[in-house]
Amino acid sequence: MCLAIPVEVISIEEDTAWVSVSGVKKEISLALVEDVSVGDYVLLHVGYALNKISTEEAQKTLKLFAEAGMLEIDS
Amino acid sequence: MKYIDEFRDQQQAQAIANIIALEAKSDRHYRLMEFCGGHTHAIYRYGVQDLMPDNVEFVHGPGCPVCVLPVGRIDEAMQLAQEQGVILCTYGDMMRVPAGNRRSLMQAKADGADIRMVYSTQDALKIARDNPNQQIVFFAIGFETTTPPTGVAIKQARAEGLTNFSVFCNHVLTPAALGAILNAEPPVDIDALLGPSHVSTIIGSHPYEKFAQQYGKPIVIAGFEPLDVMQSVLMAIRLLNKDRSVVENEYSRAVTRDGNIKAQALVKEVFEIRENFEWRGLGLISNSALKIRPDFAEFDAEKRFTVSAQPVVDIKACECPAILRGQKKPLDCKLFGTVCTPENPMGSCMVSSEGACAAYWRYGRLRVVA
Amino acid sequence: MKLNIKTGKVDMSHGSGGRASAKLISDLFMKHLNNEFLAKGNDSACFDVAGKRMVMSTDAHVISPLFFPGGDIGSLAVHGTVNDVAMSGARPLYLSASFILEEGFPLSDLERIVISMSNAAKAAGVSVICGDTKVVEKGKGDGVFISTTGVGVLPEGIDISGDLARPGDAILISGSIGDHGIAILSKRENLEFETTIESDSAALNDLVTEMIKAVPSIHCLRDPTRGGLATTLNEIALQSAVGMQLNEAAIPVKPQVAAACELLGLDPLYIANEGKLVAICATENADRLLAAMREHPLARDAAIIGQVVKDEHHLVQMQTRFGGQRMVDWLAGEQLPRIC
Repeated sequence: MCLAIPVEVISIEEDTAWVSVSGVKKEISLALVEDVSVGDYVLLHVGYALNKISTEEAQKTLKLFAEAGMLEIDS
Repeated sequence: MKYIDEFRDQQQAQAIANIIALEAKSDRHYRLMEFCGGHTHAIYRYGVQDLMPDNVEFVHGPGCPVCVLPVGRIDEAMQLAQEQGVILCTYGDMMRVPAGNRRSLMQAKADGADIRMVYSTQDALKIARDNPNQQIVFFAIGFETTTPPTGVAIKQARAEGLTNFSVFCNHVLTPAALGAILNAEPPVDIDALLGPSHVSTIIGSHPYEKFAQQYGKPIVIAGFEPLDVMQSVLMAIRLLNKDRSVVENEYSRAVTRDGNIKAQALVKEVFEIRENFEWRGLGLISNSALKIRPDFAEFDAEKRFTVSAQPVVDIKACECPAILRGQKKPLDCKLFGTVCTPENPMGSCMVSSEGACAAYWRYGRLRVVA
Repeated sequence: MKLNIKTGKVDMSHGSGGRASAKLISDLFMKHLNNEFLAKGNDSACFDVAGKRMVMSTDAHVISPLFFPGGDIGSLAVHGTVNDVAMSGARPLYLSASFILEEGFPLSDLERIVISMSNAAKAAGVSVICGDTKVVEKGKGDGVFISTTGVGVLPEGIDISGDLARPGDAILISGSIGDHGIAILSKRENLEFETTIESDSAALNDLVTEMIKAVPSIHCLRDPTRGGLATTLNEIALQSAVGMQLNEAAIPVKPQVAAACELLGLDPLYIANEGKLVAICATENADRLLAAMREHPLARDAAIIGQVVKDEHHLVQMQTRFGGQRMVDWLAGEQLPRIC
């Protein structure tokens, strides 16, 4: 499946942004997303941001891992 | 790396593995198809297989756009570069796939064709700007994740008046492939599916709902990291134990029910569905691929150039069709590891690093020889 | 699958250091040039001269771009050949340098390269004592190609070779992997990304001297250049007819290198290094060797990364950071950035 990695937005100029992952920086296109701000995390695939990463959902998922099954998952 | 390292934590892996072992009922065998090549890759690269109990099995799916692209299409791309003198821009994945006469784009490049590897469609646009007297064709492949970037490039080419840029479109659709798998004769023996991470970022989780319902199989949208895969396995097992054929979203940090509306609209504006498209290993599937709309015809390489390649028949002994459908495993193929290796791939499953056979070979072969 | 000599052509995978390169060497070069020296499969050859042992090694440098963060083709040429000689345990003494220059190449750039070579040679304690220059027409070269041959002297009692790894031995690396390859890739067209990562290009002969002082009975030394750590370990496993078990968590990788690899879908194990070495020694000497390495400025991040094991299939395997097991295979062709 398509290789996409979470990167941090460090500066924005119209439809492009500079992003960083562990200090490696790249200029990417924001043509596919909206309402992106500096400090947001986006999913980077072939030079484009695909989506914003939801911090709250990420925290929720990590919490699920940490609880390792003690929480019953309801749909 | 934020949002990456936390999802690879070893201790949590063990904890989730323990829960899976507890909750997987001993009198049941769970066959989970990971649709996406990326998941196959992650499973073998991290050794997730080792953390599963014996009665939980991964079945590899066809979600590898390089694997399912018919060889004839690669030949057509090669023709554009070799016979029509275009600069062919392609993602790295396609460079080594052997096409007709066992020649790859890399070998065509060695023979003098101007074939350039790019990371992004933006790079292809730049090459078009820098070479106004030459024709540039972008070899577009990929599922719904990779289609919007092609759409952006086409619209941008129009806005900039880049008349020397066109796209050879081979984008394919996940729901159609999913349907082909679930509809297969004989039926594929799987209990649940792990759905693609990044395709779902774009299309959302709702397109899978009808499949879960119609075929009675739970579908868990799984993130790309190994902990995501394990958590998704746990979720799938729980759904199976409760007999619930619904869609659940483990990758909620990047996937919503509706998906990326902006990207979907853009794709709809530039592309339309092809009536039929040949999938390597899966045959002709209707409404499974995209072509460029008449509105944007001037950017359609298939209209700008005449290309026709001979259909290439895959080798009889190659078990890729069955492997792509999850009916067989790489080890079931006589050619695996003998004639067919990553340096000399016979079929689609070995050509791409995402293919089941390639993943087995690169990471998992120790189980074979052991 | 045999090499197709009749109608086949050279392609980029033949130069990447992996299986395709190995095939070209075994099926074409070795077919006609074989002798006891080449058959050993090391990067250098050791031969007797008037009762003493000399070591010789040769390298060609075709890197692009010519100037990169942390070095250039000149310093790289010196470091590469000095290191190949040093990996046998020999003291590198003299280099030859032949240049193939492309018509139109700026003399100022050439001078920059030569100054860099001179500085690198001085720092490594070697001299360039003979050379050659040829010019080819515009379009027939990539600016500059440099070929260097190095000779050195092997002290008595030292026997270091790729076929001496034994089950139970410890495997060590002198520092972080992937730096050089990522530094180069960051400058490559169509893949531009910004990073502060610099090539680790360095002469390792001084480090090797210190290592041999601490553990004279080191079994193997090799610098993991093209094809990366994975390829080098597979080469040694094959030469020594052993297997290897690595511990991923112990292999040092700089965060930026790891990030760049994530970005491009690359595996740091297969990325070139130009200032690192792999050492294999008896397990009882491992801690002493590690301590000696860490004393040296070029090996502060040295680590024990695995163990040699008995394995008739000569597989290099690794326990992943995640807890599972995976194979670390040879590099198949050229490692290309991927989207899938």
